[in-house]
Amino acid sequence: MVKNILLITLSVVTLASMNTVYAETPQQILDNYRTQAKTEVANFKDFSATNGETFFKNTHGSDWSCATCHTSNPLKQGKHASTSKAIDPLSPNANAKRFTEPAKVEKWFKRNCKDVLKRECTTLEKGDVMAYLMALKP
Amino acid sequence: MRKLHKFLVLGLLATALTSLGVFQAYADDDEDEKQEYSEHKGDKGRGEHGEKGEAKNLGVKLTNETWKTECSACHMAYPPGLLPAASWQALMGDLPNHFGTDASLDDQVMKEILPFLTENAASERRQETNKDGKPMLRITETQWFKKEHDEISAATWKSDKVKSASNCLACHTTAEQGNFDEDNVKIPR
Ligand code: HEC
Ligand code: HEC
Ligand code: HEC
Repeated sequence: MVKNILLITLSVVTLASMNTVYAETPQQILDNYRTQAKTEVANFKDFSATNGETFFKNTHGSDWSCATCHTSNPLKQGKHASTSKAIDPLSPNANAKRFTEPAKVEKWFKRNCKDVLKRECTTLEKGDVMAYLMALKP
Repeated sequence: MRKLHKFLVLGLLATALTSLGVFQAYADDDEDEKQEYSEHKGDKGRGEHGEKGEAKNLGVKLTNETWKTECSACHMAYPPGLLPAASWQALMGDLPNHFGTDASLDDQVMKEILPFLTENAASERRQETNKDGKPMLRITETQWFKKEHDEISAATWKSDKVKSASNCLACHTTAEQGNFDEDNVKIPR
């Protein structure tokens, strides 16, 4: 009986955790944004790493740009603008943990875009930024 | 079906924790700490720590993974015992406008973190309000914090290695473990 409960509990816990930390690759996440962009943007062809870089390094009406915290070389470690706490590199080419959890990616796009643009980012902006970050060569 | 599973998981956890004596130890600690802080209000608070041992472990012995992950992304996760419940409630109620940054959380995550903070919060007797009568949100603006740190000069607070009083880790080398004991304080120069 005890053994059974243990087994059931273990399998439930394993299943539950697999469900919440469902991992994807950056490519899969980018592909999802691409599918979404096709329905949102007229004549959409593909994301642009060049546009992503410009977007990332420029300010958009507030003091901070994305580069303020993630540096203008996102292969490097960044630093939070108000707390100075270190931030691991944002490019998935320098940090394998980046862009592997869709919920985490969405959460941070939402927060950081609100801080930098005072609104949420569009699918096009998110895809361009990802294309830029994925094109960087260590 | 779901209920049964939950029940089993909880059952197992409870058994494991009880057998480890965690509940017991934790409850004791919490009491000590609350008492200690109320005593602190009036005096300099030195000396008694030796006898009380680990009483300065501010409610992070029973840590919560979600809290640790979510609340340590931009700064160290400030232990629940540093603010009373009403302050945590007010702070968590306005995360999209969190000290000049958006720290919003979805409802599911909120439900995991808020109870952890309020249940392990500082004593209600330590509740302080701002000029506008609202609960104090900053640990660093509370009277007890100012009193504990009244020997630190303005220059030290602003120095390059400290930058802000909120940066506990600059001086409290074991702050991330919830330990603010004076033995582990080192002011950077
Ligand atoms: C004020 C500082 C700050 C600014 C400005 C900022 N970020 Fe961030 N960003 C963070 C922090 C902190 C994290 C989470 C830290 C961690 O996971 O190590 C983060 C995480 C992220 C992530 C999560 C990636 C993953 O999978 O882990 C994305 C995406 C992101 N930022 C994009 C942006 C974009 C795009 C901008 C500009 C619109 C931006 N950030 C501006 C601080 C900032
Ligand atoms: C997106 C970044 C971010 C996240 C996530 C975040 N915070 Fe903060 N927090 C800040 C900033 C910025 C400050 C102001 C720091 C300063 O003034 O140096 C701050 C300050 C605080 C303070 C006041 C510190 C003092 O000066 O006394 C508390 C308390 C606090 N945060 C609690 C939390 C809790 C609880 C969570 C998790 C739910 C959390 N924070 C998550 C960015 C964040
Ligand atoms: C500039 C360095 C510095 C910073 C930053 C700092 N402290 Fe302190 N703290 C001290 C010193 C010095 C003492 C006094 C130690 C003693 O009693 O000799 C102290 C004492 C304390 C005590 C009382 C400890 C005891 O055993 O009596 C607590 C609790 C505490 N600090 C919490 C915090 C928290 C929380 C933060 C961040 C929000 C913080 N401190 C930031 C230097 C600092």
